[in-house]
Amino acid sequence: MTDPNTLSPDLETLDLETHDKTFLDANELVINMGPQHPATHGVLRVILRLDGEKVMGLECVIGYLHRGVEKIAENRTYTMFNPYVDRMDYVAAVSNGLGYCEAVEKLLNVEAPPRAQYVRVILTELNRMASHQLWLGTHALDIGAITPLFYTFRDREEILKIFEKYCGARLTTHAFRIGGLQYETYEGFEKEVKTFVSFVRPKIDEYEELLTTNRIWLERTKGVGKISGKDAIALGVTGPVLRASGVKWDIRKALPYANYKNFDFDIPTGENGDTYDRYLVRMAEFRQSLRIIEQAVDNIPEGPIMAKVPKVIKPPVGEIYHSIEAPKGELGFFIVSDGSTQPYRIRVRPPSFVNLQALDVMCRGQLVADVIAVIGTLDIVLGEVDR
Amino acid sequence: MVRTLKGKYGSGIEPLTYLGQNYMVVDRSLIPEILQVLHNEEHFDYCVDITAVHYPAREKQFDLLWILYSFARNERIRVKTQIADGETVPSSVPIWATTNWLEREVFDMFGIKFDGHPDMKRILLPDGWKGHPLRKDYGILQQDNEWVQINLGIESGQ
Repeated sequence: MTDPNTLSPDLETLDLETHDKTFLDANELVINMGPQHPATHGVLRVILRLDGEKVMGLECVIGYLHRGVEKIAENRTYTMFNPYVDRMDYVAAVSNGLGYCEAVEKLLNVEAPPRAQYVRVILTELNRMASHQLWLGTHALDIGAITPLFYTFRDREEILKIFEKYCGARLTTHAFRIGGLQYETYEGFEKEVKTFVSFVRPKIDEYEELLTTNRIWLERTKGVGKISGKDAIALGVTGPVLRASGVKWDIRKALPYANYKNFDFDIPTGENGDTYDRYLVRMAEFRQSLRIIEQAVDNIPEGPIMAKVPKVIKPPVGEIYHSIEAPKGELGFFIVSDGSTQPYRIRVRPPSFVNLQALDVMCRGQLVADVIAVIGTLDIVLGEVDR
Repeated sequence: MVRTLKGKYGSGIEPLTYLGQNYMVVDRSLIPEILQVLHNEEHFDYCVDITAVHYPAREKQFDLLWILYSFARNERIRVKTQIADGETVPSSVPIWATTNWLEREVFDMFGIKFDGHPDMKRILLPDGWKGHPLRKDYGILQQDNEWVQINLGIESGQ
């Protein structure tokens, strides 16, 4: 077990002056991976320094998907910018919407009504599961297990059907509005969510049956891409990756937002900080999400779905930082208002971008094939890395 | 905590609260020391984010911000300072490894340089790009047309 209090030698001896000179060593082979590579989950380019099969270091080249979301925000009103956030982490669009809407609500000093809060939690947790399902399918596929992809996509479809029925979109679900919800829930929403919960619970055991004790899976993931808790904190890594390194920290518990404090759930953690533990943590998060959804769906109160929000949103002069626990880690919005209808500045703190930085430390000393496993286990979405 | 810092550094620090969130406006010259103290003595071991805001009408054009979090105290704080265009700030990579990419992004978007950063180059935009898009004087449709013509072989990206 790694001691979470020791820095890895890589970080300890990171010599800022001579950091890159090793590129010149004659025995090293520099190869390029991506940006068009199926296992980089989008357009990520990685420059690998190899000694035979062994990775000595790597550098990520990003920005291929840069759309200037933060610049666009300065030229849109608060309401107009809302759908743009769905296009950052497009696998977990609902979470992005929640983070943004809550940040603006804080700036306006309004709070979404209880009914809206419950529906928000249900949809966000469903989205967390959908995100984890997509991660599991593609991650396993990268490593060579093809079957889980079909299982997870089959079940993710049920979540997308609920989203589609609720707001008309399957992927970029613009579900929330500043002050509450875009739509009232449809007839039979609660029943369908309950049906889904009882449908998917045995399916998660099914995923685990395929992988958890699978010898090939164990060989490919155990001890691969290790990161200690101390390193993870120094590198700003959040979400399941941090928790798998033994740090029990989840914003839903630490700094509760929405109405998460009403629900009973655990924070799953790992011990070794390797790819296998990150897999176990996410599998446990499936079950915790189900627990939250079950508690929420039984208690949705009656009432309005929108708080009293002015037609034209003009927050008072000031600034706010608000963050939520997105499926990938801490997703933060820093908004500066100058009192006009358009934000003066919006900064998005993307979890994928910061987590990706740990790739170098996690891959050193591993084999080339492990780089694929580690990219998969970090669960990055390039739309969010590049924004 | 803020009181001890205030007692130590006097008028260089101004602690403020807005909407229940704590932040402090710190004099540019005190920044390296304050960040070090916050990390070493006050247990702010997680640097959440570094970002900047551009105010072109001001003499000191940029607000530079560090958002920090402490696991031990379960508390978040923002450290804010003002710097002029062309002024540099010491890099905090030796304090928090995570700031490597965050500082590169601030440089890319605003052109603020960090002294002692191991690899101060653009991160999201291509290396040869001219201009820093999140400055207020950079138009939303503006592009480095020269770069586009040379590298993409088209007249304009619009």
